[in-house]
Amino acid sequence: MKYIFSIFSLLVLSSFLYAQKSAGYQVGDYVEDFSLKNIDGRYVSLSTFPDTKGFIIIFTCNVCPYSIAYEDRITALNVEYNSQGFPVIAINPNDPEVQPGDSFEKMQERYKEKGFNFPYLIDEGQKVYPKFGAQRTPHVFILCRDNKGLKVEYIGTIDDNYEDASEVKTPYVENAVNALLSGKPVPLTYTKAIGCGIKVKK
Amino acid sequence: MLYSTINRYFRLMRLVFLLFLLCSSEIASAQIAKPFETVTFDGYQIAVYDYNGLEPLLQTQSDTVFIIHFWATWCGPCVEEIPEIIKFNNAYINQKVKVILVSVDMRTKIKSALIPFLKKQDIEAKVIVISDPDMNRWIPLIDKKWEGTIPATLIFSKNQRQFYPHPFNFDELETEVKKFILP
Repeated sequence: MKYIFSIFSLLVLSSFLYAQKSAGYQVGDYVEDFSLKNIDGRYVSLSTFPDTKGFIIIFTCNVCPYSIAYEDRITALNVEYNSQGFPVIAINPNDPEVQPGDSFEKMQERYKEKGFNFPYLIDEGQKVYPKFGAQRTPHVFILCRDNKGLKVEYIGTIDDNYEDASEVKTPYVENAVNALLSGKPVPLTYTKAIGCGIKVKK
Repeated sequence: MLYSTINRYFRLMRLVFLLFLLCSSEIASAQIAKPFETVTFDGYQIAVYDYNGLEPLLQTQSDTVFIIHFWATWCGPCVEEIPEIIKFNNAYINQKVKVILVSVDMRTKIKSALIPFLKKQDIEAKVIVISDPDMNRWIPLIDKKWEGTIPATLIFSKNQRQFYPHPFNFDELETEVKKFILP
């Protein structure tokens, strides 16, 4: 009987580990700083903002329909949380040769059109997104500062309804940041979503 | 000692309860797939499902092998791969193999993107749309290790089931499907 239980729990445990395994940062990891070009031509790092409580890092782009569906919600997140110490930093991870709509110039155009209020950086050379383990756009990583550095507290999607912001039942990112702001554990640290795969240089 | 016996008893009960839940969900899903909407445009009829409506299509008691292929018109690798899937569908059209193309295109894009694409590519395989915004719920129900990246394919028969979160070409798909076809 005991054996059966240990085998059963081993199976459960191994399938769980398998499901969680993927390259890049996991919840609980500390992130390395990066330096990427913003749409104004200046380079932005996490250390550019030493006084924040953390960051909402969002890998997103110009052309993916899911990214477009979330543009206004990303802007709203920055309005809500920049002043509370969790600014949004958006990073376009796509290779512009593979996806011309995601070139630096097109990013500048989109920034103006949509009136983005957050840094919109380009991952030139595609070195940063693999470190995070971003797989799609949009893909969110919430970082929180402690005495050791910036720790990943949430990985996943923005909320549970890409089609209609007014129908959202669980705003995952808001819930996570609100929990961090009040010193509580993040209620759900990992969520899945369909998004556009990142366009890698051929 | 007593404590560990009680503890073991509780664990056993939990297992029994879990099995009961699994069984009851089996019974509940032995129903007919129900679209919540059908979009008719330009000679095409596209059924739109949420996950619960789609779930009955994801299991079978027949001898047919099902290939459920998740894709979208906005997904570059999917668009590159689709001709291979169509070629496979045409080659196996008279066998006990059924290909269902499940598009994750947004509902608002069915008339403007999906149907024009099907027309242009002359796709006659069965195409349906899953439109269920609560993706974090249904993606793991298709397969635990699926992150939601497409293309992705689920192949199943009465006794076997396998998920492939990557593109296929004709030969690769045929090799996999052959493992499911009973001699």
